[in-house]
Amino acid sequence: MKMLELKQLYQGFRDPKSILAWSEKIKQEAKDLKCKIRVMEVCGGHTHSIMKYGINQLIEEVFEFIHGPGCPVCIMPKNRINHAVLLAQEENVILATLGDMIRIPSSKGSLSDARSKGADVRFVYSPLDLLKIAKENPNKTVIYFAIGFETTTPMSAALLERVEREGIKNILFHINHVLVPPPMEAILQNQDVHIDAFIAPSHVSVIAGSKIYEPFVSKYRIPTVVAGFEPVDLLEGLWMIVQQVKHREARLENQYKRSVSFEGNLLAQEKIEHYFELRESFMWRGIGEIPYSALRLKEKFAQYDAERVYDLPYEVVKEPKGCICPQIISGVAKPLSCKLFGIVCKPTSPIGSCMVSSEGVCNAYFRYGNLL
Amino acid sequence: MCLSIPSQVVSIDEKNNTCIVDTMGTQREASLDIFKEKIEIGDYVLIHIGYVMNKISKEHAQESLELYQQMVEAIQREDEDA
Ligand code: SF4
Ligand code: SF4
Repeated sequence: MKMLELKQLYQGFRDPKSILAWSEKIKQEAKDLKCKIRVMEVCGGHTHSIMKYGINQLIEEVFEFIHGPGCPVCIMPKNRINHAVLLAQEENVILATLGDMIRIPSSKGSLSDARSKGADVRFVYSPLDLLKIAKENPNKTVIYFAIGFETTTPMSAALLERVEREGIKNILFHINHVLVPPPMEAILQNQDVHIDAFIAPSHVSVIAGSKIYEPFVSKYRIPTVVAGFEPVDLLEGLWMIVQQVKHREARLENQYKRSVSFEGNLLAQEKIEHYFELRESFMWRGIGEIPYSALRLKEKFAQYDAERVYDLPYEVVKEPKGCICPQIISGVAKPLSCKLFGIVCKPTSPIGSCMVSSEGVCNAYFRYGNLL
Repeated sequence: MCLSIPSQVVSIDEKNNTCIVDTMGTQREASLDIFKEKIEIGDYVLIHIGYVMNKISKEHAQESLELYQQMVEAIQREDEDA
């Protein structure tokens, strides 16, 4: 076997000729299908590949893309953001989080507003950075506002393991880890949404295994393919869906074999098991309460749990007027139906989370709008 | 936020359970705390927020790339015949 270079891994899976070849093949395969296949891409990473590489245009006669709830930033309910803001405003607290989280507005403003008013809010590249911040600031409490799906949960567990092992006393966790299959199920139960197939995110399954979709696929009999994020991976996954639809099958398949197995990363799963348990219910922005759809720290780690250490209120917070993020996240509407899109709401002045998050759907439509 | 980046292992620090990886010319440290398999210099791995999540199977990657290449060639042949 030839030695594979990193460059090939990047370019090979983005090669324009292969993209065209796959779209031709998909169109050929789908020739006899009577209607478009309505496929939901669960994760915003896929939405971005679809729009960035013009996949929606290349195979528009075969697929209608429905955008899913798959972004931990987009689905973060405002009451949780309010918690983050309240914690950041506590005395002697440093609040650290990942991604676009600090820009999402809530009823108490955003974390970035809190920062401009003097709160110590930090954006970290990795949870590991918390160790350093805690050591450099022994007199402060460092709170990790942990977000993300199955992909980022084991890193929070691994951080807590280090905290315990090294006897670090000044790191607390505010856990907002959510699971992918429960919202998929919730969406299917919504009468207003009609979905024929799912493209499921590969990174989630690198950790959790493709097995997490199995119960759901057999219960709802809906084709589900775990696919990578490179355009060619995604196209291969879509081709697998066409095959299933043509043969009236509804199976779980894995396109991203180069890193995803059925079982997933068992060590990561052990760590999650050790520290976390299911929450009875979690509020998803746009979808509402979904039972057993998120995690929290187990009772025996209560001393590390900012939700137990601080007194944090549970409030219901309304969405900004005119913003239809909730409908977008639940697959009922698309950004172009939002009256604020591109006029009042832009990436530089976002109103809702789907525009704030760099992987949000409105952001993708704005950025690649010329491809619509 | 959570797209993972393919990178290549450059060196391994067993004591701290970390490694240095190269992502298209940028080197950085990554934790091996959630990775159980044996890892070697030269392996391709997926990095996510500072952690090695998994290896990338070179065999599978190579197989896919070869399949795509064949598809491209088949389509080019059709075009020439047409
Ligand atoms: S942050 Fe991006 S990659 Fe991660 S789940 Fe959201 S949309 Fe997907
Ligand atoms: S365009 Fe802006 S206001 Fe409209 S749904 Fe998207 S984020 Fe909300």
